[in-house]
Amino acid sequence: MDINSLRILTTVFSFIVFIGIIVWVWRHRNTSDFKDAANLPFKDD
Amino acid sequence: MQDLNVKSTTYEDGVIRQFSIMAVVWGVVGMLVGVIIAAQLVWPELNLGLPWTSFGRLRPLHTNAVIFAFGGCTLFATSYYVVQRTCQTKLFMPKLASFTFWAWQLVILSAAVSLPLGFTQGKEYAELEWPIDLLIAVTWVCYAVVFFGTVGTRKVKHIYVANWFFGAFIITVALLHIVNSAAIPAGFMKSYSAYAGVQDAMVQWWYGHNAVGFFLTAGFLGIMYYFVPKQAGRPVYSYSLSIVHFWALIFTYMWAGPHHLHYTALPDWTQSLGMVFSLVLLAPSWGGMINGIMTMSGAWHKLRTDPILRFMIVSLSFYGMSTFEGPMMAIKTVNSLSHYTDWTVGHVHSGALGWVGLVSMGAIYFMIPRLFGQKQMHSIKAIELHFWLATIGIVLYISALWISGVMEGLMWRAINTDGTLTYTFVESVKAKHPYYIIRLLGGLLYLSGMTIMLWNVIKTATNGKAAIATIPPVAAHA
Repeated sequence: MDINSLRILTTVFSFIVFIGIIVWVWRHRNTSDFKDAANLPFKDD
Repeated sequence: MQDLNVKSTTYEDGVIRQFSIMAVVWGVVGMLVGVIIAAQLVWPELNLGLPWTSFGRLRPLHTNAVIFAFGGCTLFATSYYVVQRTCQTKLFMPKLASFTFWAWQLVILSAAVSLPLGFTQGKEYAELEWPIDLLIAVTWVCYAVVFFGTVGTRKVKHIYVANWFFGAFIITVALLHIVNSAAIPAGFMKSYSAYAGVQDAMVQWWYGHNAVGFFLTAGFLGIMYYFVPKQAGRPVYSYSLSIVHFWALIFTYMWAGPHHLHYTALPDWTQSLGMVFSLVLLAPSWGGMINGIMTMSGAWHKLRTDPILRFMIVSLSFYGMSTFEGPMMAIKTVNSLSHYTDWTVGHVHSGALGWVGLVSMGAIYFMIPRLFGQKQMHSIKAIELHFWLATIGIVLYISALWISGVMEGLMWRAINTDGTLTYTFVESVKAKHPYYIIRLLGGLLYLSGMTIMLWNVIKTATNGKAAIATIPPVAAHA
């Protein structure tokens, strides 16, 4: 494969992964997982 | 048996105490060198006519001291503090953590000796010669083992977002340092870069800008995501936003470096790519800033009485300012005015003094009393005074350099109707003189605040004694 095709594919793949992360975060935004994680700094108190 | 039990249920805080104290000490030293070279720019005779005290040698000493000694010690201290407390476990391989402290101090001392002696690779923020580079690489790998080992042995399900930022900072700095420092040794303390020409320049600024992006941003965002919620007493505004913030920053920062090489031999498309990615960076930067500042919502009144929280929130304001200014300066047409002028120096200091400096001081003020078994810092009034000295110092510093930078940029490009230059170079130097005095004054104020902090920290530490912090029993929720 041409090196430039590989570069293009990597960039496009990274972009799709990033969009995927946003979608995943949006769907989990109200879950207790995020709430638990956000409260981790206060477990000491 | 009892002893063993205590040992396994307490945090490993000795190394954090060492790094926190040294962060403040190196802060005073690095800022003092900064004030000295600012004075040299006003009165050039202050170089004393000696090679060791000339501007060209002291300037890298200043940048290395404030970034890697002050900033570095702060990052080691805060990351070790945060990773233990959010993973509910003690540091992985505490002896190795202790090694990172002594090795890092050795790196700093080698820099303090070798830079004034004139040993340099000539790469900005990567001046140190190859034997020191090797020591940095070894120390950094040990740091990674301790940090990720601690994350790996965590007692909770989630990896808190601050640890993601610290982790990205550690991995990326290892990568940047090893690639950019690749060199062919030509004797002890002398080497030649493994790259040549414009490739060398591009590798250098890929390193240089990501040193800003990962050493001075991602690491300190880790600090922000733990210490702002702690000091404000409420969880971060949006955990979802923090995840998007993290990945957006990771996917874009790596590409922004070419904006340091606008209108050079670097291919035009690479320059444009660097410019576009720098503009895109505005989004994650402001997302992070908003997330930090909005954590205060419902607790704004605390700013009136809590100077430590004020350090953190004003720091975030400077972060927002400099991450707006940066993308603007990366636009090629703006860059044609700003590049090589004092505007750049002002921009860097709005980020360094404003964002990195203030958030570090806030975090250290938070940790010191807890590490030494005290309720609070020895003097709250002194923190208050420090805050105002630092803030006024920054404002004087950056506004002086905005004016002198834009002025000299305009003077350089001014042409007469017959096409000749309106001003000679030395006329632009002369015009900057008053602003250099104001900049020196700003730096002096910032340094004096730091000196007060050192006094306050020493007082708090000597009033108290090394505190033993126990790891709370893990709730069976995971």
